[in-house]
Amino acid sequence: MLAKRIIPCLDVKDGRVVKGVNFVDLRDAGDPVEQARIYDRMGADELVFLDISATYRGHQTVIDIVRSVADQVFMPLTVGGGIRTVSDMRDLLLAGADKVSINSAALANPELLVDASERFGSQCIVLAIDARATKNDDSVLSAQKWEVFVSGGRENTGIDVLEWADRGVSLGAGEILLTSMNTDGVMDGFDMELTHTVANLVNVPVIASGGAGKISHFAEILGDGCASAALAASVFHDEILTISEVKQFLSEAGIAVRL
Amino acid sequence: MKSHIALIDHGVGNLRSVEKALAVVGANVSLTRDPDVIVSADKLVLPGVGSFGDCMNGLRESGTLELVRSLALERPFLGICVGMQMLFETSDEMGSHRGLGLLPGSVTRFKDSDIRIPHTGWNQLDITIEHPLLEGVYTGSYAYFNHSYFCTPTNLSDVLSYTEYGARFCSIIGRNRLYGIQCHPEKSQDIGLQILRNFVEKG
Repeated sequence: MLAKRIIPCLDVKDGRVVKGVNFVDLRDAGDPVEQARIYDRMGADELVFLDISATYRGHQTVIDIVRSVADQVFMPLTVGGGIRTVSDMRDLLLAGADKVSINSAALANPELLVDASERFGSQCIVLAIDARATKNDDSVLSAQKWEVFVSGGRENTGIDVLEWADRGVSLGAGEILLTSMNTDGVMDGFDMELTHTVANLVNVPVIASGGAGKISHFAEILGDGCASAALAASVFHDEILTISEVKQFLSEAGIAVRL
Repeated sequence: MKSHIALIDHGVGNLRSVEKALAVVGANVSLTRDPDVIVSADKLVLPGVGSFGDCMNGLRESGTLELVRSLALERPFLGICVGMQMLFETSDEMGSHRGLGLLPGSVTRFKDSDIRIPHTGWNQLDITIEHPLLEGVYTGSYAYFNHSYFCTPTNLSDVLSYTEYGARFCSIIGRNRLYGIQCHPEKSQDIGLQILRNFVEKG
């Protein structure tokens, strides 16, 4: 049976991990290979490296990160942040990434999803969507509405999340990384309604992101929330929860995980 | 002496991880399209990521297709992911394509409306027969998959393991010393490395 995935997300900047595990006994918390090894040992099913470099030169260093991690840690790697062209994707995939995650570049040029999936296959292409619930003008009777935000959630594109998710998949995205700007950083649980709605709309896997704080949050989103995977950062980096205890809990709750 | 493995470079997809993983389990690996190097190798590995047609075209354009086809029946040979699919006769991925035709059977897309496509993540192997390639690997072991198409072999006796996704499909095949594996051993942590080690040492 296909297992539900638990995915830690590491922020990288200018070739270094700037948000990762915070253990006291780390030799070098900024070393991507050491970070990957720790998460590999803990039972992570996949790693996401999110490149938050502000400059072109900074973005180039993510290729070195992928190469050094992939050479030594044999687990699935996804890279996102700052990817703009098919050539950027190619460089990352050749360096050892299994999937690339595209966000604003796909909004600016949706054809990028077509080009990328034809070139590398849909299974390599993740569409990242940052969603925020927006008020519907009509009435309380109308269904909940979410819009696509960019620039770390500051800017509203006005694009409907459900329409964009559906279109992104038909253009070639093979997975959706769905972050709720409403629940992100609050640690009060994943966005169940958003995730459930998107996951029921598309037939590609959906990774839920934003809001993990307690062990039960993972069971909720991977169970009733219909997510194929749950992504989290702080809750694992700060050792509020360990991946192995999360998986143990999920297994006891009857959710298929790789123990 | 270390086993010399030619990792066929057809220019499509991530070959680097396979190269590193083979080296970690003790192989002397050449990532190559040079016919002399390929002929001199003890064993061959055919990787593949991307579309079936692109991988076949890449192999054709690298000028090694016929050589690979003939050596595949003479030496231990392992196809990984699309590299496994290429061992079969046909694929219907984006049109109809001919494969290497080394194993009877075809490659088709997952169809079940109840499953999400691609098949992405860790899934279990259901091993049908005790085999040196799978020493230390057991029914229930998890391996990493990432694909939308799968192989349907004509000779079911060649199937070394099945995996369940919507329906049951052949995840590992072996006939004589010709092997194909749909999951990514180079991304499947200890289990994947064990399969590669078995191929390098016993294949």
